[in-house]
Amino acid sequence: MFPTPLQKQSPGARGLYRGVVSISLLVWLLPLFAIALTSTRSLDDLSRGNYWGWPTDLRIAENYTAVFTSSPMGRYLLNSVVITLPAVAGTLAVSTMAGFALAQYRFRGNIALFATFIAGNFVPFQVLMIPVRNLFVHVIPLYDTVWALVLFHIAFQTGFCTLFMRNFIRELPDALVEAARIEGVGELRIFWHVVLPLVRPALAALAVLEFTFIWNDYFWALVLVQSDTARPVTAGLQALAGQWLASWQLMSAGALIAAAPSIVIFFAMQRHFIAGLTLGAVKE
Amino acid sequence: MSATVGRIAVAGPVPATWWRRHQMALAPAILLAPACLLFALFVIWPIADSLWVSLHDWDGIKPMRFVGFGNYTELFTDDVFYTSLVNNVLWLVAFMLAPVFGLALALLLNQTLFGMRLVKSLFFFPFVISQVVVGLVFGWFLNADFGLLNVLLGFIGLPPVDILGDERWATFGVMAAGLWPQTAYCMILYLTGLTAINPELVEAARLDGARGWRLLRHVILPQLRPATFIAIVVCVVGALRSFDLVSIMTKGGPYDSSSVLAFYMYQQTFASFRYGYGAAIATVLFLIMDVYIAFFLVSLLRRERR
Repeated sequence: MFPTPLQKQSPGARGLYRGVVSISLLVWLLPLFAIALTSTRSLDDLSRGNYWGWPTDLRIAENYTAVFTSSPMGRYLLNSVVITLPAVAGTLAVSTMAGFALAQYRFRGNIALFATFIAGNFVPFQVLMIPVRNLFVHVIPLYDTVWALVLFHIAFQTGFCTLFMRNFIRELPDALVEAARIEGVGELRIFWHVVLPLVRPALAALAVLEFTFIWNDYFWALVLVQSDTARPVTAGLQALAGQWLASWQLMSAGALIAAAPSIVIFFAMQRHFIAGLTLGAVKE
Repeated sequence: MSATVGRIAVAGPVPATWWRRHQMALAPAILLAPACLLFALFVIWPIADSLWVSLHDWDGIKPMRFVGFGNYTELFTDDVFYTSLVNNVLWLVAFMLAPVFGLALALLLNQTLFGMRLVKSLFFFPFVISQVVVGLVFGWFLNADFGLLNVLLGFIGLPPVDILGDERWATFGVMAAGLWPQTAYCMILYLTGLTAINPELVEAARLDGARGWRLLRHVILPQLRPATFIAIVVCVVGALRSFDLVSIMTKGGPYDSSSVLAFYMYQQTFASFRYGYGAAIATVLFLIMDVYIAFFLVSLLRRERR
């Protein structure tokens, strides 16, 4: 193991290590502690210039309630959920099918198609922006609805997820699929009954990862929607920043509320999240 | 597993229908159809259409007017375009620090003492939250009037600074915010890489007297190559994609000094209604990205062939 495990070292060295790690962590998360603290302050505190001292009186409940009563934050959160869940489900469905096809069948253009999905995944958003927006304004009349975002996210995220799924399915032992074929099981049944149960770990990893990616999207929320009825929480928060101006206590509470779902998902499904994110970081 | 297969198999001998005979060709076609359709409609075709739009003068409403490479020649004389391009290069350079910092953090945290799992997750935290929140948080941290940075500078007797309000420094303030989640990402890549290090190689090297820096340089780093590769790829993509933080923290200002291509393109299109010009900027960004896409694809497909 590298560096040398500290279990072998003296208790003093371990204590020193813990001290160093704690201080680093404190510095690393300082900006977050700052907004957490600000979200508990009263407006009086802020107008008196007490930004970083201890709050004179804690207003946790008041501030967090005020975020929902004085702004469409509740609506934004709901929109984010309504966008993110179908988009994640759709992406997983589409890319699992595509990944299976690319991993299991030999046909002309297989590698070219695979390369297209990988390359598309890296394309800068801006080169898609004008045509995709026009498509939703003029051809598929979904502009300024959550469905525009759902559809686009499914399409774009399919690139990354297909890469992930295809590689995962490739690693599965061939024997299972071969055995099923010899038994005369149809190809689509093999996909459904043999392969699908085996890719559950990959589905879990992708689901968590895609949840945070899509939940945190800001650019497409700016481009494809504009009214409060469709705006997700990222774009909503930006709109509120202009409206709340000096009400930092509301702003920081709002920011924490917006961040909460992806934080919860991350801590609940940490193992899957990291497995997805570090795909390829181990074996060459 | 075999139970499942067995259960389906009892369906018995199947007549050689048309579907049965052609399913090896039909199944992949059906399974690939939705992905290909969506990808063609929302990714492939838009790229082509953007290239087409970039050859036109267009406000997004009135009919397009063909101007050939007019938009591209205009880019050469556009100072803000140059600033944005230079800033993108600066982002690229700065983001190469993320793998370095990430490795340093991973080496610090790669211990199995009680509670380290939680500590690692907390260090990873900034990557999980949206860039909008990161931007707001860092915006306050750097705020000239009451930001924590100036409070801390005051403690050690230094005068306050207005990083985001200063043409010379604004872009570095935004980059610092970008490095925060990016370093966290690289850290997690290296932590995963470190778990897969061959312990026998490390022990052998230790017996040979290698330790510290030499051990890291000659034994550990070569084994971390896959992690380094991915870290660099995601940092390059992250640097070229930078939009959210610029939009939240400075809106490209002051005086466009912190603009990047992605943000300038957005601004030209929707604030100045110059769709054609915006598309030309996007195309330049796309061409820069293509170099890296090609590099990534080649190394990935080479691995595939082995």
